[in-house]
Amino acid sequence: MDVRAQIVMVFNLDKCIGCHTCSISCKNIWTDRQGAEYMWWNNVETKPGVGYPSQWEDQERFKGGWVVDGKKLKLKAMGKGPTLASMFFQPNMPRIEDYYEPFDFDYGNLAGAKESKDQPVAEAFSQISGKKIEEIQGGPNWDDDLSGSQVYAAKDLNLKDKKVIESYDSMFMQYLPRICNHCLNPACVASCPSRALYKRGEDGIVLVDQEVCKGWRFCTSACPYKKVYYNWNTGKAEKCIFCYPRVETGQCNACAHSCVGRIRYVGVLLYDADAVEAAALKGDAELVEAHRDVILDPRDPEVCRMARENGISDQWLDAAVASPVYALVKEFRVALPLHPEFRTLPMAYYIPSLSPVLSTWGDTHKLLEHGMIPALETLRVPIGYLASLLSGGNEGIIEEALKKLIALRVQMRAENLRLPADPALLKEAGLDEAAAKKLYRLFTVAGYNERNVIPPQQREEQDPERRKQEAGFGILKKTRGGAK
Amino acid sequence: MSHDRIKDDCSAHNRQWEELYRNRAQYDKVVRSTHGVNCTGGCSWMVHVKDGIVGWELQANDYPQFDGTIPNHEPRGCTRGISFSWYLYSPLRVKHPYLRGALLDRWTEAKKLFADPVEAWASIVENPESRASYTGQRGMGGFRRGDWETATEIIAASSIYTAKKHGPDRVVGFSPIPAMSMISYAAGSRFLQLFGGVALSFYDWYCDLPPASPQVWGEQTDVNESADWYNASYIVLCGSNVPMTRTPDAHYLTEARYRGTKVVVMSPDYSMASKFADAWLPVEQGHDGAFWMALNHVILKEFYAERQVPFFEEYVTRYTDFPFLVELTPDVDKAPGAWRQGELLRAARFERSASLEHAEWCLCVADKSGEVRVPNGSLGSRWSKQEGNWNLDMKDVVDGAEIDPALTFLGQETRKVLFRFEGEKDALREVPVRRVATADGEIVVTTVFDLLMAQFGVSRGLSGDYPHGYDSDLPFTPKWQEKHTGIDAETLVKIAREWGENGEQSRGRNMIIIGAGVNHWYHNDLIYRAAITALILTGSVGRNGAGLAHYVGQEKVAPLSPWTSIAMAQDWVKGSRLQNTPTFWYMHSDQWRYDRNFVDYFKPETGDKMPMHAADFNAKAVRLGWLPFAPHFNANPLELLKQAKAEGCGDDDATRSWLVDRLKSGKTRFAVEDPDAPGNSPKVWFIWRGNAISASAKGHEFFLKHVLGAPNSSATAKEVAKGQVQDIVWHEKAPEAKVDLVVDLNFRMDTSTLYSDIVLPAATWYEKSDLNTTDMHSFVNCMDAAVPPSWESKSDWKIFSMIAKKVSELAATHLPTPVKDVIAAPLLHDTPGEIAQRTVQDWKLGECEPVPGKTMPNLAIVERDYVNLYNRFLSLGPGIGHLGSHGNYYDADDEHEKLLRELPNRSWNGKSFVDLADEKVVADVILSLAPETNGELAHRAYRNLEKRVGKPLAQIADGAREIRVKWEDVTQKPRRVINSPIWSGLVNGGRPYSPFTLNVEHLVPWRTLSGRQSLYLDHPYYREFHEGLPTFKGKLNPALLDETEGETGLVLNFLTPHGKWGIHSTYSDNLRMLTLSRGGQAVWLNHLDAAGAGIEDNEQIEVYNANGVVVCRSIVSSRIPRGAAVMYHAPERTLNIKKSKKSGKRGGVHNSLSRIRLKPTLMLGGYAQFSYYFNYWGPTGVNRDSYVVVRKLK
Repeated sequence: MDVRAQIVMVFNLDKCIGCHTCSISCKNIWTDRQGAEYMWWNNVETKPGVGYPSQWEDQERFKGGWVVDGKKLKLKAMGKGPTLASMFFQPNMPRIEDYYEPFDFDYGNLAGAKESKDQPVAEAFSQISGKKIEEIQGGPNWDDDLSGSQVYAAKDLNLKDKKVIESYDSMFMQYLPRICNHCLNPACVASCPSRALYKRGEDGIVLVDQEVCKGWRFCTSACPYKKVYYNWNTGKAEKCIFCYPRVETGQCNACAHSCVGRIRYVGVLLYDADAVEAAALKGDAELVEAHRDVILDPRDPEVCRMARENGISDQWLDAAVASPVYALVKEFRVALPLHPEFRTLPMAYYIPSLSPVLSTWGDTHKLLEHGMIPALETLRVPIGYLASLLSGGNEGIIEEALKKLIALRVQMRAENLRLPADPALLKEAGLDEAAAKKLYRLFTVAGYNERNVIPPQQREEQDPERRKQEAGFGILKKTRGGAK
Repeated sequence: MSHDRIKDDCSAHNRQWEELYRNRAQYDKVVRSTHGVNCTGGCSWMVHVKDGIVGWELQANDYPQFDGTIPNHEPRGCTRGISFSWYLYSPLRVKHPYLRGALLDRWTEAKKLFADPVEAWASIVENPESRASYTGQRGMGGFRRGDWETATEIIAASSIYTAKKHGPDRVVGFSPIPAMSMISYAAGSRFLQLFGGVALSFYDWYCDLPPASPQVWGEQTDVNESADWYNASYIVLCGSNVPMTRTPDAHYLTEARYRGTKVVVMSPDYSMASKFADAWLPVEQGHDGAFWMALNHVILKEFYAERQVPFFEEYVTRYTDFPFLVELTPDVDKAPGAWRQGELLRAARFERSASLEHAEWCLCVADKSGEVRVPNGSLGSRWSKQEGNWNLDMKDVVDGAEIDPALTFLGQETRKVLFRFEGEKDALREVPVRRVATADGEIVVTTVFDLLMAQFGVSRGLSGDYPHGYDSDLPFTPKWQEKHTGIDAETLVKIAREWGENGEQSRGRNMIIIGAGVNHWYHNDLIYRAAITALILTGSVGRNGAGLAHYVGQEKVAPLSPWTSIAMAQDWVKGSRLQNTPTFWYMHSDQWRYDRNFVDYFKPETGDKMPMHAADFNAKAVRLGWLPFAPHFNANPLELLKQAKAEGCGDDDATRSWLVDRLKSGKTRFAVEDPDAPGNSPKVWFIWRGNAISASAKGHEFFLKHVLGAPNSSATAKEVAKGQVQDIVWHEKAPEAKVDLVVDLNFRMDTSTLYSDIVLPAATWYEKSDLNTTDMHSFVNCMDAAVPPSWESKSDWKIFSMIAKKVSELAATHLPTPVKDVIAAPLLHDTPGEIAQRTVQDWKLGECEPVPGKTMPNLAIVERDYVNLYNRFLSLGPGIGHLGSHGNYYDADDEHEKLLRELPNRSWNGKSFVDLADEKVVADVILSLAPETNGELAHRAYRNLEKRVGKPLAQIADGAREIRVKWEDVTQKPRRVINSPIWSGLVNGGRPYSPFTLNVEHLVPWRTLSGRQSLYLDHPYYREFHEGLPTFKGKLNPALLDETEGETGLVLNFLTPHGKWGIHSTYSDNLRMLTLSRGGQAVWLNHLDAAGAGIEDNEQIEVYNANGVVVCRSIVSSRIPRGAAVMYHAPERTLNIKKSKKSGKRGGVHNSLSRIRLKPTLMLGGYAQFSYYFNYWGPTGVNRDSYVVVRKLK
């Protein structure tokens, strides 16, 4: 057992309001610069939809992630042959039009235009080429809220029956915020010929070393989530850094901080690094369970002992116990990995969403029979759709999670109105009253510091005295003569 | 992954490159501020500054907690707010003063000829060619960078010129909702009120004012803070898309669901909010009222008729007008034996109560024995000399005896009463009655409740044209509503039963979150009243977790009283020139000329002496003192008063009589009767904090044409009012370019800026200090400067003080001594003026004498001191000591004294005043003098109220008396307000604010005729339109709107709901938002509608009607209902807009397709809750009953 700690995010899709505030906070701080304009380390997608880059889930095209080759894992895009062949050309990498051509407007013309016969406007131009764009053709959220549903939502690979979105009886939409998953088995890291990518030992954050990266772009292709981007200005790959400068100093990630829907939870998970590969070899339907088994119980004395041996501090172990992420992923089993079948063991987790009851649409709109709190069978979002996204097709795992949410609602309604509760329903959903209370609190009144339990990082290993003495912590990076 | 790619060594040496991103994340300081945008967020933000530049913003997360059982507020703030930092340094920023090139040329030429700026201005505007040289270029580019000196000189010269030549009431200003940056708002309004200019209203103009709230509650709007949603156990969203438009509050909705709250979403499209619904009901847009009417039918039948719920009965008996008596009158003309709904019965009709003061305004109930009694709390007792009876006790005002009122006369006599419903056969329905003896004979009365039962079609075994069951297609059954809503009757019954059960089980914790999707229809008041009825019937108003949570544009200036005093300069001049904008622009942008008689689409029973055109109706409303109108008269008010003096009027009373005589004889006329006369239009128009020419301008193309004279208006409507209007003078050619000068203070080049003459660079929200409140939460937030104003920009407060200074300089020559001015102000709500007109009598028709403040407007004579205008602007005036609002008042002279000691002083004319030069001082003044942030003043205000009410109230302020909130406090963290009688909700003990809890818990009356929640509106005009009781009227018939006449293509209902990527037009031009959406103006279409017109996703389309043309791109989606085109409010016409094939000109903006239609029943006045107040009463700028043609741009 090789006990490791990682700082991890959970997204409650049932609460996501699709507002994209997270995307902007990330953009403002990290990618508001030339070469990174088109990058959205954090983005939010409407589901059903094709997302960003368009149809990123289509690994037949993009060849991201891992596949099981006999009893071993293999990067889908790479054997020995293709690696050399694609050194200077990444055939599977998304093109700029799969992302979008970043645009801007000639705003200065509004104050600057000469007198004319018609009203001046600010025309669009490309942020890459500087050339005028007559018609904007794409953006990072082009199919927002079912925009162009017949073109985009209909192409969602998770949607088996395209008719679903055409009819008011069955139409649905939800949101899917995405960051880098900081996987346990990151394909990007494995793919890098320069070994520029690495997973930080102390917190599991996956980074691209900007000094080592040679811009081969294997990582961009290998990541099945398309969360490693190529900066055309610096010629290097860049990606979500889990806001390590913030997290290291006890601040929450900018995206989670700004999540006004309060859907995000940040906390520590302990896992067994020795168990990762075996878990990734399981069949699609068993992957979620295998993934859960890799995560270790921070209350287990043996786990703690091994963790300390690996240099994990008591403060991190305390944080792991208080971790809302552990509660949601492991204890309550409601938070699930996105597309586990890509086999990277993603360390971002999603709680599936409830949805309105179905209806029948004849001359009038008629809701299906349902109770005060609708039961699972009457909901709009096909279980298969959610299973395709979050459980490698295992519908039982989705049903288990949704039943918990429903039972919780029924229980709390009874408490709120002082009506008799039905303990059987809770039990059937795998909850008891204490568990329901804890889950309820996490979903509702839990404040910022309960939703985000950021462990303190100890930085005194890094020559603190010298750094403290130097003017400005790193401004004087190089002494005369260029020595570090 | 092989373990060698985990890097355990985190030493600086091994991973030194990581400093790269650490450096990017570092910053020098963090400053708390907020966004002064027209939304209700009121979010506290931490602005990160690095190297003197604003880097980014993140939400504050230090809001004080409630009581721990309710989720807290962090992190408030949405995708729009977090994009704001983009604006500061973008090329869209207005960095310097700009002037229209031709205007600057004319000015330079004129200044060579005339040293005096006022004479120079006269030479330009009095020469038609010279004037047209710049007005004709509005919006066509050609700005030139100017300087502050020139810009303010032109502005001051034009203002002084206008005051002298035409009157100060031709200088007008528009700025939206104050609450989000109330001092910035006050900057312009204070200048205008000192000048004698006009402040234009916003809430009614945006159509965000729900007139049903004044109608039912006598309250402009009062709503739950969003945290209180969490207390509701059944929530219906109706015309409100919470995640999209109340983004920072949405978590309370999602979180309430985990508490087991059922969520029903009524929305014609599968909206963002629908995602959170348990039940989504795609109710036909504009017909939500039919759903609520039928729901009420089920509630009345199952929870009132078949079974009685004691909680409900007690509630409606005490808190509503249900037990009040209504007189029935024979109506033999209509049908033999038919009776008609009459007035609410008055105490004046009975000998025992006739001598009560204001007996005509005291209403009656019957006790269980059938005796007529006069309970406490009617409006008469609010204004009587005898204090202490204005409360909700069921006690007889005459003898103080307890009353056990009868809710119904069922089981006694009946009469057949006529009920009329739009699009349905007349119904004669039996109603239980009693005969009672009055001083002038026996009459037949019933109760409001009995009428309500009959109106809703619940027979209770009575005969007549009642529906036989839920399946009978008669008003207002579940079956009946199917054809209007598209919702199955069975589904409706299910929801209705749940609604009733939840109301019963939770003791009134049903909530309706309602908004623009409903409130922007012509008959919005009816839809709202239907919904409010459902709340009232389940005891769900005035409780936590209950009520009508109306959210659209409803921002709340929490420290209202001192703010009003400063903003309207009432510390110097009592009497303000306040204008309801819908009628103002209806007349001045000449939209009335294109509007046909309203009786074509909104028909009264007899039209008894009622004008048939909205313009005529408005003229009547102005002369009877129902609504204001600026300019007031067809003459300069300053000149009129000079003339009065010359003709021997020695005092104000004599002057008033002189003016009344002139009005009566027609020597002087109200300007509203001739809005197209050259002298009767606005001349100088200030715009600040808003987008008055585009996002706010209903009928934008009519504005371009008539107000601005901009050459590219695409309006093609016909002038159908010719020959239809009676009282309004018709000019054969409608004027164009009515306004001499348009001044816009802005930080971005938006559409209004583009069409203005002078653009002044305004500081952004990260560059100035201000106060921010909202009713979505109960905290006071600061706006504060993270960096100084960039480039040449200045705060609004500074800019208007510069303009004021220039005006005073020029006044030394032109208006050197104080002059008299007269304000014609309507009869006001919350004053005795609201009981001025017991019946409608028109002095012009000889029905009565013109008496100011009774049968016509108040005529307030005030003094203008232009030379000291600047001094006054920057000095806290002596009138600040006496404050109040909503009919409450308190003295604060001692607090004022303290402020004089604590704050910087300014001295002039030998006196010292608090110096208001610094906005932070203004903030301190407001906070120090508001009961919401000064516990002692709260205590005083309750003390005063308890005298009137006759019940102990001062204890409500207990525990808060020591609280004083100051500017420094709100820069540290958001501070919660305290209980104040200015507002109807209570917030002590960590309790979320819910409106009317003061009324329910402390028996303070609502400010209505009955003092109760009013479901029966007995004004004769309401009965004329069959709107006395809640009813249903559908969307206006497109054939009568003159918008798409003769068009055969794809004709769609044009909807402009609030959108995801902007707060109105702000942020809609922000690159962040453009990138996350479709990069510019777009219209959403249903996929089948689009296919029928050969339109694919993201194609250029042209959308047009008689009002104008829009060119934009299509978004085709199955989530949009057939028959509707959705254009989210509000884009700008400044971004990448193509030329229209139809007009040959640049395509317009959403408001190019809209125009104003005024509902006359909202123009009444002088009658209880139907009395004017700024942003409280008046017709609203409805815009949903509108139709467009959509085609490919080819």
